Amino acid sequence: MTNAHAEAQRPALSKGGTLARCAAIGGVLVAITGSLAYLGGWLTPKDLTPAEFADEFERVAGVHAGFRRNHAKGVGVSGFFDSNGAGARLSKATVFHVRRVPVTGRFSLAGGQPSRADAPETIRGLGLKFSLPDGEQWRTAMNSIPVFLVKIPAAFYERLVASEPDLVTGRPDPAKMQAFLARHPEAMRAMHIISSHPPASGFANSTYSSLNAFFFVTTAGVSTPVRLQLVPLDAFEPAATPVSAQENKQYLFDALIGRMQQGPVQWHLMLVVGQPSDPTNDATVPWPESRERVDAGTLTLSVVEPEETSVARDINFDPLVLPAGIVPSDDPLLSARSAVYAQSFTRRAGETKQPSAATSAAAGK
Amino acid sequence: MATERRQFTAFSRLLHWLMAPMVLSMLGIGVAMVVSVANYHRLVSLHRPLGMAILILVVMRYVNRKLHPPPPFPPTMSVHERRAATASEMMLYGLLCALPVVGWGMLSAAGYPIVFSSSLHLPSILPHNLRLYALLRKAHTVLAYLLFVMFIAHVGAMLFHTLIVRDGMLLRMAPWNRRAQEKDAPTGAGGKSGETSDETGG
Repeated sequence: MTNAHAEAQRPALSKGGTLARCAAIGGVLVAITGSLAYLGGWLTPKDLTPAEFADEFERVAGVHAGFRRNHAKGVGVSGFFDSNGAGARLSKATVFHVRRVPVTGRFSLAGGQPSRADAPETIRGLGLKFSLPDGEQWRTAMNSIPVFLVKIPAAFYERLVASEPDLVTGRPDPAKMQAFLARHPEAMRAMHIISSHPPASGFANSTYSSLNAFFFVTTAGVSTPVRLQLVPLDAFEPAATPVSAQENKQYLFDALIGRMQQGPVQWHLMLVVGQPSDPTNDATVPWPESRERVDAGTLTLSVVEPEETSVARDINFDPLVLPAGIVPSDDPLLSARSAVYAQSFTRRAGETKQPSAATSAAAGK
Repeated sequence: MATERRQFTAFSRLLHWLMAPMVLSMLGIGVAMVVSVANYHRLVSLHRPLGMAILILVVMRYVNRKLHPPPPFPPTMSVHERRAATASEMMLYGLLCALPVVGWGMLSAAGYPIVFSSSLHLPSILPHNLRLYALLRKAHTVLAYLLFVMFIAHVGAMLFHTLIVRDGMLLRMAPWNRRAQEKDAPTGAGGKSGETSDETGG
């Protein structure tokens, strides 16, 4: 179309033409808005969102303002990691150079109730933040079980729903958990593996595992699947009978505080090197015992303090805060953990903080 | 000379069309990542460096805008429309600058490392404080929705001028150079109004 035509037509845009053009404009704006609405999940309300995971944690344990939606009960710790340089073979991450880096951490018990009584079978967590040079960080959130309970995020959600307290009894309905396990044989197998590894007597002599795999990358770009394990220097002792739990609801935390008053507690950071046949996307499956384990150095935790005074309270131990040299594997749980932890973090950040039950004893000592 | 007066400078237009898809992608990534479980990490890893890139570009763009006043508005626009257009332009600059800065502040207040690339980490600009984080996190959402509204208004107004008023408004920002001999479509109504539009152009 020439400009002469355009000018000739300008005053003569017909009613129909105007309408068509208005419709085209509307169409473009609706297309943009619709695409964003689709991406924002408004058109697919059945898809699980991080907020729905957090909501489900709240339905199971109640809303406890200021606390994490899971692993609500905990204490802050700090110390350092002495790398012996052995890990540098697998990853270029500066944390594996021969050096000492400061560490902030948090021991916790799984579950969303911050005042729940300590129990030997409750999964113990250890979140760690390694502060590396140049503002780099490595965060990890490990657990005292050898494999994880589920393979995929949706199954984790289902498991949470199955552990909701019954409206009448106030307790989870065992039949629902049985039904869940029947639907998920991988979760059933994981339960058997977990129950064949009885818990240690306390936080200090527990072994903690990353559960998820990561890829360790060297300067040359060589990538190796790795699972992490923290193996205690304190000797393993089987868990105490639940009698002590009835006497003292904080007995696990009190024992940890007592132990740390005697001196620093230490773990070896073991890098379990995966082979091509080892699944990196299924945290319910253990890797063979024969896999090479590289002792990368020693974690020393020397200070324990209540959450109220510890910086650990305000840290999100997101396992995908990784330094250069460690990248996420294809394990679908990793992105889900990152997303749901962020959701929990954002919720509690806006809430007024309450004193933690786990540390009321520690505060007086 | 005529070409320069009727269009934004080539550099302005380059920045505009570079940023347009970035900003639209950013709105999409933003709404998607907060509801995504499976792709959360991947989207966040895109969101942060893209936000920083937009911040750098918008600052460049604003400085460039101050150094090179835009071409005159088409004579079809009333004084009020011109004021509204300039105000919304400034608001877009403001939002495109504020969103990354608030995002940066959010990460600082949350105590996260601020990763621009695997080897470049930015400093914290605020103390580690969860209250501050919660406030900034809310502000980030509100500002992002506001940016979406402004984006839609911008596209809508431009299409309205291009398709209904047909005053060649889009040509001011067209990625191609308008040929000097090409008649300015709006001035066909009367060359005199083309002159008066200069004052509001700057």
